[in-house]
Amino acid sequence: MHPVVSIVLQRLALGLMTLFFVSVIIFMAIEMLPGDFTQAVLGQAATEETVAAFRRELGLDQPAYIRYVQWVGGVVQGDFGTSFSGRASSGVDRSREVVDLIAPRLANTLFLAGITAVIAVPLALALGITAALWRGSLYDRAVNATTLSTISMPEFFVAYVLILFLGSLYPVFPSLANVSAETPFWERLYRCALPALTLTLVIVAHMMRMTRAAIINLLASPYIEMARLKGLSATRVILFHALPNAWAPIVNVIAFNLAYLIVGVVVVEVVFVYPGIGQLMVDAVTTRDIPVVQACALIFAATYILLNLLADIISIVTNPRLLHPR
Amino acid sequence: MSESEGYSAAAEVGAVRMRRSWRERAWIELKKAPFTAWLGLVIILAYIFVAIFAPWLAPYGEADAQFGAYEPWSAAHVFGTDQIGRDILSRLIYGARNTIGIALATTLLAFLIGGSLALLAAISRGWVDQVLSRAVDVLISIPSLIFALMLLSIYGSTTLSLIVIIAVLDSTRVFRLARAVAMNVVVMDYVEAARLRGEGLGWIMRREILPNIMPPLVAEFGLRFCFVFLTIAALSFLGVGIQPPTADWGSMVRENASLIQFAQFDIKAGITPLLPAAAIAILTIAVNFVVDWFLMKTSGLRDEH
Amino acid sequence: MSTEGNRAELLLAMRGVRIDGFADERWHEIIKGVDLTLHKGEVMGLIGESGAGKSTLGLAAMGFARPGCRISGGEIVFDGIDLMRASERQKQRLRGSRIAYVAQSAAAAFNPAHTLLDQTLEATVRHGLRSREEAERDARALYAAMDLPDPDTIGDRFPHQVSGGQLQRAMTAMAMASRPDLIIFDEPTTALDVTTQVNVLAAIRKAVKEFDTAAIYITHDLAVVAQMADRIKVLRYGEEVEEAPTGEMLSNPRHPYTRSLWAVRSIRKPGETSADRVLEIDRVTAAYGTVDVLHNISIGLPRGKTVALVGESGSGKSTAARVVTGLLPPRRGEVRFDGVALPADLKGRTKEQKRRIQMIYQMADTAMNPRQTVREIIGRPIAFYHGLRGREVERRVERLLEQIELDGSFADRLPGELSGGQKQRICIARALAAEPEVIICDEVTSALDQIVQEGILKLLMRLQKDHGLSYIFITHDIATVEAIADEVVVMLQGRVVEQGLKEEIFAPPHPEYTELLLSSVPEMEAGWLERAIARGEGGRVLDRLAEGDRERPSPR
Repeated sequence: MHPVVSIVLQRLALGLMTLFFVSVIIFMAIEMLPGDFTQAVLGQAATEETVAAFRRELGLDQPAYIRYVQWVGGVVQGDFGTSFSGRASSGVDRSREVVDLIAPRLANTLFLAGITAVIAVPLALALGITAALWRGSLYDRAVNATTLSTISMPEFFVAYVLILFLGSLYPVFPSLANVSAETPFWERLYRCALPALTLTLVIVAHMMRMTRAAIINLLASPYIEMARLKGLSATRVILFHALPNAWAPIVNVIAFNLAYLIVGVVVVEVVFVYPGIGQLMVDAVTTRDIPVVQACALIFAATYILLNLLADIISIVTNPRLLHPR
Repeated sequence: MSESEGYSAAAEVGAVRMRRSWRERAWIELKKAPFTAWLGLVIILAYIFVAIFAPWLAPYGEADAQFGAYEPWSAAHVFGTDQIGRDILSRLIYGARNTIGIALATTLLAFLIGGSLALLAAISRGWVDQVLSRAVDVLISIPSLIFALMLLSIYGSTTLSLIVIIAVLDSTRVFRLARAVAMNVVVMDYVEAARLRGEGLGWIMRREILPNIMPPLVAEFGLRFCFVFLTIAALSFLGVGIQPPTADWGSMVRENASLIQFAQFDIKAGITPLLPAAAIAILTIAVNFVVDWFLMKTSGLRDEH
Repeated sequence: MSTEGNRAELLLAMRGVRIDGFADERWHEIIKGVDLTLHKGEVMGLIGESGAGKSTLGLAAMGFARPGCRISGGEIVFDGIDLMRASERQKQRLRGSRIAYVAQSAAAAFNPAHTLLDQTLEATVRHGLRSREEAERDARALYAAMDLPDPDTIGDRFPHQVSGGQLQRAMTAMAMASRPDLIIFDEPTTALDVTTQVNVLAAIRKAVKEFDTAAIYITHDLAVVAQMADRIKVLRYGEEVEEAPTGEMLSNPRHPYTRSLWAVRSIRKPGETSADRVLEIDRVTAAYGTVDVLHNISIGLPRGKTVALVGESGSGKSTAARVVTGLLPPRRGEVRFDGVALPADLKGRTKEQKRRIQMIYQMADTAMNPRQTVREIIGRPIAFYHGLRGREVERRVERLLEQIELDGSFADRLPGELSGGQKQRICIARALAAEPEVIICDEVTSALDQIVQEGILKLLMRLQKDHGLSYIFITHDIATVEAIADEVVVMLQGRVVEQGLKEEIFAPPHPEYTELLLSSVPEMEAGWLERAIARGEGGRVLDRLAEGDRERPSPR
C-alpha cells in the first residue's frame, strides 16, 4: 500500500476514535446529573408513577452501556431523543423530538457560517499573504496592530459596536436578524449582514495573523533563497517554490478558524437573536434540557473534529516527502 | 606563534556583556520598551488598582437598587442606572473585582493542573505521557465554550463550578504547551549531565527544568488569562456564567443591551451597554500588548506566536 | 586551459564593500570595507572562522543581501555591470545565468516539492538560454560528469530520495547548468563526512576546470581551500587579514592570525600506552529499540592515557559513550572499571561510581543550564559528591577556575555571558570538580574555531598530566586525533575496524576503511586532491556501497 494511503487511514481511524470518546463523554452528561433531576424536570408535584414512567422512558433502569449503544444507534439514524421541556408533573407530555427542534435551526446556522466563510477565508488569506510579502512595511504594521486589537475584543463588543453604528445611529442594516424558513434568499442575506460582518471581523483577524506567520516561516527556507539566487522573478518564486509547500500550513489555518467560527456563532446568534443552533443550545442550557444540549454539543464537536481531520489529511496528501517515498 | 597573538582565555572576553542585577536589567528593558508595552502595563496596573480598592472608589453599593430604572447620565449617576435602578459606574468598578478575580483564579487553577501534569509527563515519559497526552487530545477536540455550556447545564451556574469547569478545560491547552516546552528542555545536555551526576527527580525538576520553562509559561499565562477572561465574559453574557446580583461585565452588557436602540435619541444611553464590553476589550488588548513585547524580548521571535 | 592573457581579464571587482546587519534594534557593520578582485577562470578561496562575514561577502558578489542585511557602501562591478546601481531586474538576469550559487546544505536548499531535474534546468530555461529538451540532455550529461549514480534517471528523483553527498553534487550540476562565468560555493562540504567530502570536492574541482569557470570558494577549512583555490583571502571580523596566492600563503603566511588557522595541526604528541587498564568495554552489543547499533565491541582505556574513538556519523562512537555512562544499558557484554563490572543501568550505580566517570559535551551551550551562574554550575558537583558547604565550595570553585585559566570574576557570570571557548572551559571545570578518573570527551572541540580548539586541547593535555586523568576522546577529526590521542579506535557502522597505538594505526598498511578514511582527510600540500582522486577509485566503490548507511544521522 502506498504510505500516504496508510497514513491517511491511520489518521481516519484516530479521528473516529476521538469521535467515539467525545460521544461517550457527551453521553455521560446525563449520568452525571444528580439523582433527583427527574423531579426537577417534572416539577415538585410529580407523582411517583410519572417519575417512574419518565425514568423508564429514559431507560435509567438499564445499564449505561446499553443505553449508550441505543443512544448512538438513534443518533446515527437521526434520532436524538425527546426534549425535557413541555413535560408536566401530571404526566402530560407535550415534549417535542429533539431532531425537530434542531433541523431548521441547524440550516440557519450553516447559512450564517457559510456566508461568513465565503467572505472571510479569501479576505484573510489575501491580507495575510500580502502582509507577509511586504513584511515590515507600513501596511504590514497597520494590519498587524488592527488585528491584534480585534482578536482581543469579545465578539459581543464587536457586535454591539456594529449595531450602534450600522443598526441604530445609521440604520443601514436590521439589528435583529429574525429569519424564518419562508424568508427569501436576498432578504435573508440582508438580515444576516450584521452577524456575518461581526463573525468576519473576528475570524479574519485570527486567520490573517496565522497566515502571515506561516508564510513568513516558509519564506525563510533556504530553498526560497536559492530560488531568488537563481534569478527567478518574484511571481515564479511564490507560485512555483513557495505555494506547493504552503498548502499544509494554509489549510490548517483555515480549518482552525472555521472551527473557531463554531464558537463565535453561539455568541453572535444570541446578540442578534438569530434562530440558529447556538441560541438553541444556550436556551437549553438555561432550562437544563439535557437531550437538546447533548445533541447540540455532539453536532458542534463532530464538526470541529471533522474539520481538523480534513485539514490533517490535506496536509498529508500535499506533503512531497510522503507522496514520493524513498 | 608569539604569546601576545596566541590564545588566552581572558582575551576572549571581547563581546561579552557585563552582568547586572535582575532589577537593573528589568528597568533597562522597560526603558527600551515600545509605547504599546508601556500603555499596556499602565492599563493593567490601573485595572488592578480599581479591582483592589473597589469599595472605596465606587459611589454606591454593588447591588444597591434604590434608584429609578434607566436613569440618564447625570452628576449623581455618571453613567446612569440599569434596568432595576443600580448605579452603573459602581457596578463597573465592582465588576473589575469580580470579573478579573474569577478569571485570575481560573487561570491559576488551570496552570496548576496543566503545568504539573505536563512536567510529570515530560519527565516520566513512557505510558504516563501517552495516557495523559491522549486524554488531552480527546478533551481538546471539543470546543471549550461548547463543552463549558454542556457542563454548566449539568452542574448549574455557580461561581465555583464555573471556575473549576473552565480551569479543567483550559488546563488541556496549558498541558500541551508546557509539555512541549518541557520536552525541549528535558533533552538538553545539562539535564542529562544532572542525571549522570546522580541528581534526584525533584532537584532536576526544580533547578534544571522549571527555571528554563518559566519565560514561555509566563507569556502563556498572559494569553490564557485573556482567553479565560473572554470565555467567562461570553458565558456571563449568555446568562450562564457569573450570576446576579454579582456585578460582572459580561452580564452587564446583556442586561443593558436594549439601551442601544435608543442611541438615535440619546447617544449616551446608546453607549452605556458598550462600557462594560469596552472594559473587557481594553484589558485584553493591554495584556496582549505586554505579552507581545515580552515574547519578543525573551525569544526574539516576534512572528511565531 | 587558460592562458596568462585570459587570466588577466577582470571579471569581478569589489572595492570598499560595507555591509550592515540589523540586530538589537540597530544596524551593525558586518563587512567593514573589503576589496576583492577576481579574474576570469580564477578560483578565490575565502577563509575565516565563524562570524567573519564570509557568506555575507560571497552573496554580495551577486548583489544580494540576506533579509536583515543591507549593502551600505562600496563598489561591486561584475564584468562591467555596476551591481550597486543595477535594477533588480538586471540583477535577476545575471543570477542563475552568469553567476550561480551553491549553498552549504543542499538538503535544505533544494525545494522538497520538485524533482532534481526540474530544479537543475529551471534557471537555464527561465532565462531563455536553452530549450527544455536541450537543457534536459545537458543536465544528464552534467550528472554524469559529477559522478552521480544513474545519471539518466537520478533527475527524476525528489531531493529527499537522494543522499547528502549526491545532493551536493547535484547542486553543483545545477549551478553549472547555465555555464556561468562565476560560481559562489558557500561551504559546500561542511555538512558532509570526510569520505563523502572527497567525491564532492573532486566533482567541484573537475567542473570548475573543465568549463574554466571563475569561483569564490568559501570555507573555514584551510586544507580544503588549499586544494581548490588559486588565491586565498583570509577574513576576520569582517575585515581582510591578508591575501596571497595559495602556495605562498601556505608556505609563508605573513599574518600570525593566518598561522593560527592551522593551530591544531601544530600540536602533536607521541602515543604511549600502558597495560594497566582503568576502563574496559568488553564485548558490548547495544541497541536502540530492536536495531543493534553496536556489534560486539571491546575497547580498553589505559590509565592516564587518551583513547580516541574515530568514525563518521552513524559509526556508533557516541553510543559507546552512552553505554559507558550507563544511559544505555547494553544488550550483551559489560563495562569494567578497575577490573570490577559496573552495573549496566545508571540507576544501579553508586554515587562513587558515577563520580569517577565524568562527561564533557560537544555543545557547551546546551550542556550548561543557562539560568545558573558559573559558581552554581561548578559548585554543584563539589557539594554533591564531596559534601562541602559554603566557604569551602567557594574556595574550590576559585581554584578550579584558576586551573582552567579563568579568573575568579567569572564565577558570577551566566553561560550566556561567556564566549564559546570559555563555555567549554567551564564544562571542563565542572567535570574536574567531581575529581574523576575517567572523562569522556564527546566531540568537545568540533564546534569551536581552530585557535580556540588548540587552547582547549592543550588544557586537556595539561590537566591529564597534573591529575593522571584518562580520556575517552570521541571525534571525527583526524587532526585532533593526531594532536591528543595515545591509542586510536577506528569505528564503522557499530563495529571496531582497527585499534592500537596511534603511530601504528596511522602507518600503513591499513585495513580498507582506515585507508579510505585517512586518505580522505584533506591535506594542505598542493596536489593532494589529484592524488586522492587517482587513488580514490577503490575507495569510491566502498563509499557508494556504504553511502546510504553512513549518511543517516546518528540516532542520538
